[in-house]
Parts: sequence; structure tokens; C-alpha cells
Amino acid sequence: MTEMNEPPKGASPGGDGVEPLVKVRGIDKHFGPVQALYGVNLDLPAGQVTGLCGDNGAGKSVLTRCIAGVHQPDHGQIYFEGRPVHIRSARDAAALGIETVYQDLALADNLDIVQNMFLGREPLRRGLLDEDSMERQAAETLSTLRVTTVRSIRQPVASLSGGQRQAVAVAKAVMWNSKLVLLDEPTAALGVVQTQMVLDLIKRLRDRGLAVMVISHNLNDVFEVADRIAVLYLGRMVVEGPAADFDRQSVVSYMTTGTSSGRPYEPSTSASGEG
Amino acid sequence: MTADPGETPAGTAGDGMADLTLDAKVAAADVPPELVAQSLGQYLRAWWLQVRSGNSGVLPVVLAIVIVAVVFEAVTPEHAFLRPSNLVYIFGLSTVYMVLAMAETVVLLLAEVDLSVGAVALIGGVIAFKLVQQPGPDWPWWAAVLAALACCGVIGALQGTLTALLRIPSFVVTLGGFLLFSGILIVILGGADASVNLNSSVTNQRVIYDMVQGLIAPIVGWIILAVVVVAVGTALWLRSAARRRQGLVAPPLSLTAIRIALVAIVGVAVVIICTVNRGTSLVTVAGVPWVIPIVLVVLGAWTLVLQRTRFGRYIYAIGGNPEAARRAGVSLPAIRTWAFALCSATAGLGGILLGSFFYGEYSTNTADPGQLVLYSIAAAVIGGVSLFGGRGKAIHGVLGGLLIGGIAYGVSLLNLGELATPLEYILPGGVLLAAVLIDVLSRRGAGSVTHV
Amino acid sequence: MSDVRGTSDEEVPVTADPGETPAGTTGAGMADLTLDAKVAAADVPPELLAQSLGQYFRAWWLRVRSGNSGVLPVVLGIVVVAVSFQIANSKFLSAQNLVNLFEQSTVYMLLAIGEIFALLLGEIDLSVGLVMGLGSVVVAELVQPTGADWPWWAAIIATLLACSAVGAIQGSLVARLKMPSFIVTLGGLLILEGVAILVLGGTLVGIGNSQYSNEVVLYDIFWGTFNPVVGWILMAVLVGAAGTGLWLREASKRRHGLETPPRSLTAMKIVLMAVAGIAVVAICNVNRAHSGTIEGVPYIIAIVLVVLAAWTVLLQRTRFGRYVYAIGGNPEAARRAGVSLPAVRTWGFVLAALTSGIAGVLFASWQVSLTTNIIKASNSYVLLAVAAAVIGGTSLFGGRGKTIHGVLGGLVIGGIYNGLYLLGVSSQWIDVAVAAVLLAAALVDVLSRRGAPGQT
Repeated sequence: MTEMNEPPKGASPGGDGVEPLVKVRGIDKHFGPVQALYGVNLDLPAGQVTGLCGDNGAGKSVLTRCIAGVHQPDHGQIYFEGRPVHIRSARDAAALGIETVYQDLALADNLDIVQNMFLGREPLRRGLLDEDSMERQAAETLSTLRVTTVRSIRQPVASLSGGQRQAVAVAKAVMWNSKLVLLDEPTAALGVVQTQMVLDLIKRLRDRGLAVMVISHNLNDVFEVADRIAVLYLGRMVVEGPAADFDRQSVVSYMTTGTSSGRPYEPSTSASGEG
Repeated sequence: MTADPGETPAGTAGDGMADLTLDAKVAAADVPPELVAQSLGQYLRAWWLQVRSGNSGVLPVVLAIVIVAVVFEAVTPEHAFLRPSNLVYIFGLSTVYMVLAMAETVVLLLAEVDLSVGAVALIGGVIAFKLVQQPGPDWPWWAAVLAALACCGVIGALQGTLTALLRIPSFVVTLGGFLLFSGILIVILGGADASVNLNSSVTNQRVIYDMVQGLIAPIVGWIILAVVVVAVGTALWLRSAARRRQGLVAPPLSLTAIRIALVAIVGVAVVIICTVNRGTSLVTVAGVPWVIPIVLVVLGAWTLVLQRTRFGRYIYAIGGNPEAARRAGVSLPAIRTWAFALCSATAGLGGILLGSFFYGEYSTNTADPGQLVLYSIAAAVIGGVSLFGGRGKAIHGVLGGLLIGGIAYGVSLLNLGELATPLEYILPGGVLLAAVLIDVLSRRGAGSVTHV
Repeated sequence: MSDVRGTSDEEVPVTADPGETPAGTTGAGMADLTLDAKVAAADVPPELLAQSLGQYFRAWWLRVRSGNSGVLPVVLGIVVVAVSFQIANSKFLSAQNLVNLFEQSTVYMLLAIGEIFALLLGEIDLSVGLVMGLGSVVVAELVQPTGADWPWWAAIIATLLACSAVGAIQGSLVARLKMPSFIVTLGGLLILEGVAILVLGGTLVGIGNSQYSNEVVLYDIFWGTFNPVVGWILMAVLVGAAGTGLWLREASKRRHGLETPPRSLTAMKIVLMAVAGIAVVAICNVNRAHSGTIEGVPYIIAIVLVVLAAWTVLLQRTRFGRYVYAIGGNPEAARRAGVSLPAVRTWGFVLAALTSGIAGVLFASWQVSLTTNIIKASNSYVLLAVAAAVIGGTSLFGGRGKTIHGVLGGLVIGGIYNGLYLLGVSSQWIDVAVAAVLLAAALVDVLSRRGAPGQT
């Protein structure tokens, strides 16, 4: 229920008195003379899906990458489980339990599902790759996420459908004791059935207690999975709150003009936007 | 945006933000100076900015030519490097590399490579020589030359088709072509020890012999120079005047004047060097070798094709962004095939010049096709053609060829004895690596996205 | 509230080039509602789904027909070469000639195996022939009693180290300075040619003098053979070990409920290995001397097998090998997973050069005396290496290939050389033939990629 860069008043947005898993406060980021983010605040509570919306160039990817360790913010602070942290690299983020699924999925087509899921972190046994334990773990993870349409876990990733590839990418992110999963446009290239599959997957992540942040242009998808919505406009976080407080028109309005038809945002006790 | 998180495409912020406050300097450095300059002073400032941002054009190769000239002049016994007779020899040798470099440039612009230009050049030379043999086919020289060029063109078309239609990587196709045509060369010659020679007393064959060895009478040389300078100068002047009249972007008048003056100065220098008597007191040897106008014609033709025709425009487009070209309706297979064909035909011409340079003798020892291709690529890249496609001009091949010729000959003047043969291999290799390194680093400076 | 879809309703395409269709999805990213089950099945390695031998072969045939033919082309190639040359010249399949063929092929095999490291990374190493040439010259010069007079083992180690250093330099230029590999190795091969000629010192160097024990050892590397009985024992041990290892591993996987091919398939693989082993030893043990006795399995076959085993383990069962494949498949994915691209790429070139160095030691032993012309000729070996690798099944585009491809492809190239030579074809036509074979193999590689995303 915060608008325009004010720190949260009192308890957390979820209203249940629990500190959000990740808190972003006052993040500035510029590239050369171009300012990408201005004093951005964001809360990412565990067990909830936060939908990050914004038009092209609003700064969504930059913010995501600041949390993921790819960029370092110029000012501001990120808090993880209440402690201030400096995330200087993707490895730092992974060590904290922050995993990112990028838009291009970063899967190697010539490797199979198991090999992709363990890429860069393969366990060894007697100096050689421990294929058996990798295969077991991968199978377990996929079945916990109820990804059942894959015929064989040793299939090369090139032979999977778009939705299955997305599922593998998500499973890869989830396998490593992650606490926060960031997804960049997960349903952008998917058809109806596969989109549903991925959205169900996202809900299951939430049900497992992970914090999930989803960047998406597709407001249908956002409204289906998001518990919270945050909107960036020209580098500023213009509104952030429970999804129930928004409707599509108001979100579009925030995305394109930074305001909702000229009226300031009011918390959920009042009428939720225009009818 | 899918830009790699570690890279920021030049000119945009990481997130694809609007260029609201784009650094003016960065923008300016990417625009060719002649477009924005109103005066000579502005032009020079803009050009220097461009050089500092990594886009240095022909500056490196010109500097290198100067350095090479100075260094070799210093270390050559008796400081003989810059003697007219040696310089003319270098001109003659360089023309082969210039032509081969221009051939290779066409393919490099497409972001492809042709590793067979050396072998194809030799085949072209041998075919032409064989066809003018008397007794034998005894074709008129122009028919023999045309036939050789046509054969080479067909070879290039074949390789081009394999690359363009079947998308077999060009370095594999032309690597195979290199081996294939090295073998066929021996077959055409008639064996590993065979040779084919030109009989310089036969008029028909004399023409080809004279291409490199023949000299233009000094007076005629001056006349030709005058004609060329006037023609080029007038063309440049009229063109920029016409553009100015129509209100289009045109370089400042003083710049055009300087360019014309440069052409004149270089031309005069070359003619003077060539017309100084470099023979003995008994035998006068003076005059511009025929090959220089020949190369100028090739340079002119290729410059015209690349800069002023649709075909040339499409070559640059494919080298820059093949997908964009495809969507614009350009037929990628057709352009690619034609480019390879023309490259091989030009290489064939280079081969004919090579044979002429070696006094009309062609055997398996005349030249090493592998060395030739390396020199061609090195010449093109040193001259300023990029290996990654989309950047380069015919003049780059000429300048690079001159440099390579100078280095090759300069080394041979140094009397290094046993080191000579190894150096023949090490030097081109080193030069090539250095040239490519500069190319890669300069691309980095220009901010383009590099390979992962 | 109207049910307004979001502003950007169109499917924003993933960054796949619009000319490419990722396997398994249709052009506009529509749902796989009507995904061709056959297409999907064809992309899954048959072993994974088959429950019986019959199912396996049906699935395998389907995969071949969709363009993903694995080692089939090279096996067919071997058969075609064997049959056609035997028809042309009945001596082709004689024991004597076959052993000759094996011996010659080992050099091609090793060069191909070296090249495969570069190809897997999506690069190319044009200098393998000259690394071999340089290695051969260095090892020969180091054991010269009138010169360096090093013991044979020191000479070999030094040679391998020197070749690895060359690989490290080339690898660094490619990996850290981001120079195109074909240019770096093109320049490299020229420089190496010059250096080799320099080391040679203008004359020739030979290792044929039987008075000097170091030279004798070097000579024996190529020309020496195992005692026939020892040959049988070694083969039995090898096949036994490999077969038992394979069987036990499959059994253990089955016990843990992991994916395993049907038992009958594993049995067939073991039987094939045994058959091949027996055939090779039997052929080699035939006395092939005109007078006196020359018999037994040549040492070099064992050397090649050791290299094959070692590099196969390295590529399939270690992290490094996994990263090589990953970089060849999707360098960006590897980078994001934390793989150090410069390190893996550099080591890839080091291994390519090291393997070429081993080939160089064999080459010196084979040629016995080395001249400048031989060094110059080693230039063309790179084509054989690339051809062998591609014929064997390694892709020019990276990410696909195995060490065994180098062995099989090397055998095909060796067969072509041997056969054409027997037929009296002159060497330049043999070169023409090899070039044609390379182009054909590259064509097959490109076509087999047609099912996958294409390029502009």
C-alpha cells in the first residue's frame, strides 16, 4: 500500500507482521548519463507472487538484475531476511538463494534435462561426475513441481516444447534451496496450454513458500498468479500493493502515465479503481 | 531486452531506455566526419574524435606504411630500400597482393572467408598461360585472359553456392576448395615438375608478359596521370557541388580540394619514382609499369560496384545484418554466390599478374597458395576491412597490399640467410595475427557487442 | 469491468531469430496442441524409451530418418570403402594391407581427436597438422646423439609440453582476446611452419639409426608390435574389463531406478566390442613379412586406445567435458551458469595441441626421417583431421561429437588413402578425393541440422 517511494508504514504489506524476504529500498541505477532507476522501493514477501509491471524502458529488467547481482545499484540498499546485503555477482545471489530465470532461458540445446539443470554445479563422485545422483535429484524436482509431460529426463532439451523448456528452466532455478525466484517474461513465447502450465508451476513455487517475482507484459497472466502488483514508470516505482487493489485499467494507467486517471492510489478499503 | 547483462549496446542504456540524455560525444564519434563538418577545422576535429573512439579507417595502414618505409630504409644494406628500382619492384609485387586483397575483401564484407583465393589465382594464371601457348591453343591474349577469369568465376560460383544455399560454413568449403584446386593446379600444369612459360618474343604472349614487366613510355605516363587526376578530381568536385546545389549533405569545399590534391600528389610521386632511370647507363629502364593503371582500373571498378550499385549495397547490408537484408527482400543466396564468383574471378586476374611478375614462368614453385591467401587476408584486414563483415572498402585492399608487398620484399633484402625461409612463414603469420588483433580491439572500442 | 487484455497482447517472441523455429514449437509460439508426436519421438535418443531390442531399433530407425543419424554414416562409409576398394583391388582386405591401413590411420585418428576438442567448442583449429609437424621435428632433434642427446622419455615429455604451450597461446588469443579461431590458427600454422623449418635447420633429421637406443625406442613406437600371445591377453583383459564395467554400471542404474537401455542392447554392445577386438588382433597376428616374421598388434593401436579411453572419460564424465559441450551448445547459458568460458576454451585448445603433439611423436616414428618438404606437406593434414572428425559424426557447429568419432572417421580417411594409393592414383587426385569427401561430410552435417534452428 505504498505509493511514490515512501517506506512502508508499520507492518509489512502482507499485513501478517512478517518481514518480507527481500526488501529493496531507495535503489538508484544509472548507465552513463541515463538514469534507469530512481529511488525504487520494493517488497518481495515469501510465499507470495509479486508481479512487476511496466512499459518498455521502465526499468523492470534493470531492477531484476540489481537483485540478481548482475548490476550493482549506485545508491540504496537491499535487505535479505532483514539483513542488509551486497549482491556483487550472480554467485552471491545464488549463495543467498536468489535464482533468476531469464527470458531466453539460458538452456544448452545439445545437453539433456539433467545436464542443464546441474550446469555449473555438478556433484562429483570419486573425481568424476555423479550422474546417478544428478538424475535422481532432477527427477525428484520435476515430479515435485508436477512436470509430467516430459517423456524422459535424459531427453535433449532441444526436443522439448516451449512450455517444457520453461519448466526445466524454472526447475533448474528451484532446485538449489532457493528462496526467491525471479522470472523475466516467462510466458512471452508460449501458447495457451503451455502458459497455463507455467502459471500453475509458479503457483506451486509460491505454495512451497518461495518468494516469486514475475515480470510480465501480459496482464491476464499477472492477475492470475500475482498476490501483489508493483508498477514501474520511467524508473520510478509508482505503486505497489495487493493485487486485489488493482484492476487491469488501473495497472495500464499506472504503466503508461504513472497515475491512475489522475487520482492517487488508495488502499484496498476504498473502491478498487474505475469500473 | 536480451542484451547480455554484462554488455551495454553502444548508444542505449542497459534496459533499452529512451536516449533522453545520450552522451553527445558518443553519438558524434559514430557519425562520419564529412557529414557534420562545415569547415575543414570542424572536419579534422570530428575525424580525430572518430579515431579516438576506435573507428580509425585507413589511418593505421597509412601509418604502418610510413613506419615500414622508415624502418626498412634504416636497416637495409646501403639504405637501398627506397631506391627507385626497389620501389618499382615493390609496386609490381604489391599489385598481386592488392588484387588478391580486393578479391578477398568482397567476401570478408559478407562476414565470410575465402581460403581458396591463392589456389584459384594460380589456376587462373596457369589457364591463361596455357591458352596462349604456341604451338598449342594459341588463343589471342584477351580471349585467354577472359577464359581464365571465367573459369575462376565458375569455381567461385560453385563455392558460393555451397556456402549460400547449403549453408556449409565458408571456411570449410573454401578450405576444401584450397586443397582441391591445389591438386587440380598440378594436374593442369601437367605434373609436379612441369611449368608453363611465356615466350616474350611472340607478340600475343608479350602482352601478358608486359602486364607487370612492361613499361609505359614516360611521357605517356605523365599524360595518363594528368588524365586520371583531372578525371577523378572533376568527378569528385562536380559530385560535391551537385549535392550542395540540391541542399544535401556535402563535405566542405576545402576538404574536396585537399582530397584531389592528395590524389595528384600521390600520382605524381609514383610517376616520378617510376620514370627515374633505374637501369644502367647503357640500357634505359624507365616508365610506369602497365600493371599500375591495370590495378587502378580494378580499384575503380570495385569501388564503383561496392559503393554505387545495388549489389554492393546489399553486400554491406548482408555483412551488417543478414536478417534485416533478408526481410528487405534481398536474395541472400544470389548475392553471396555472385560475391564468391567475382572474388574468384578477381583472384584469377591476380594470378595472371603473378605469372607476369615472375617473368612469365609458371611452375609449382612460383608461389605457395597457402601463403598467398594469408597475405591476401592480412592485406585486407590491415588495410581496414573487418573480419566480422560489413566494414571495408576496395582502397583498403590496395593500401594493405602495398604494405604486405613492402614487408615481404624488405625482409628479402636483409640477407638473413638461413632465417629467410622460416621468416617467409613466420612473418605473414605474425602480421596476420597483429592485423586481426587490431581489428578485434578496435571493434571493442567502437562498443559493438562482442561474441560471448 | 470489461475483460480487457493487456496492452501488449501479441506473443512477444523470445529472442529466437524470427527465421528460426525452435524444435518442437511452431512459428508463432502457438501451443503444442497438435505437436507431431513423431517429431518429438524422433528427437529423443532411442535408448531412453525402448524397453526391448525391437523397440530400440524401431526408435533408432525413426531417428535416422529424421536426420539425426549418429555414427551410421561413418559405419556405412567404412563398409562402402571396404567393399569398393576390395572390388577394385583384391589385396585391399589382405592382412598385410589392413595392418598398414590401421597404422596409417592412427595419425589421422589422433589429429581428428585433437580437432574434435576445437569443434565441440564451436571453434576450429587449423594448426593441428603443423603442431604435429613441429612436434615430430622437436622430438627427433632432441634425441639426436650428436645434438641434444636427450633420453627418449625426456624428449617426448618436452615435445608434448611444447605443443601444449602452443595450444595455450592459441587458446588464449581465441578465448581472452576474442579473435576468431580460424584466423588465430591460420596465423599459428604459418608461424609454426617457420619455426619447424628453423628447428630442422635446413637439412633432414632422422631417427633410424639402430645404434642409438633412444632412436630405437622412438622408431619402435610406430613400427614395434606386441608379441602375438601378449596381444591376445591384452585384448581379452581390455574387452573383459570394459564389458564388465559396462554391465555392472547398467545393472547399478537399473537397481536405482534410473533410465537404462534394455539388457539385450548392452549385451550386444559388449559382443560387438569383443568381435572388433578379436578381429583386430587376429588380423594383426598374421605374419605379414615377405621373409622372416613380422606379426603382432602394433603398439600404436594400444596408444590410440589409451588416448581414446582417457579423452572419452574426460569429455563424458568430468565437469570440464560437460562445460565443453555446454559452451558448444549455448555459450551464454554456460556463462550464466558460472562456467569460465576463457578457461574452458583455452584448455580445449591445449588438449587439441597436446593430442596433435602425440600424433607428432608417432609421425616422426612413422616417417623415420623428416625433411623440409615433409614439414610443408603436414599442412594438408588439417583437412584430413577435420574431414575425419566430421565424417565420424562431429558437428562443425559445436556441441555435438565424441572421441570415438575421430577414431572411426580416421579409419575411413585412412581407408580412402590406402585404397586410392593401392590403385595407383597420384597424390594430387587423392587430395581431390579427400576434399570431396570433406565437402560431402560437411553437407551431411548441415543437412542433419536442418530439423533444428537454421541460420541466415
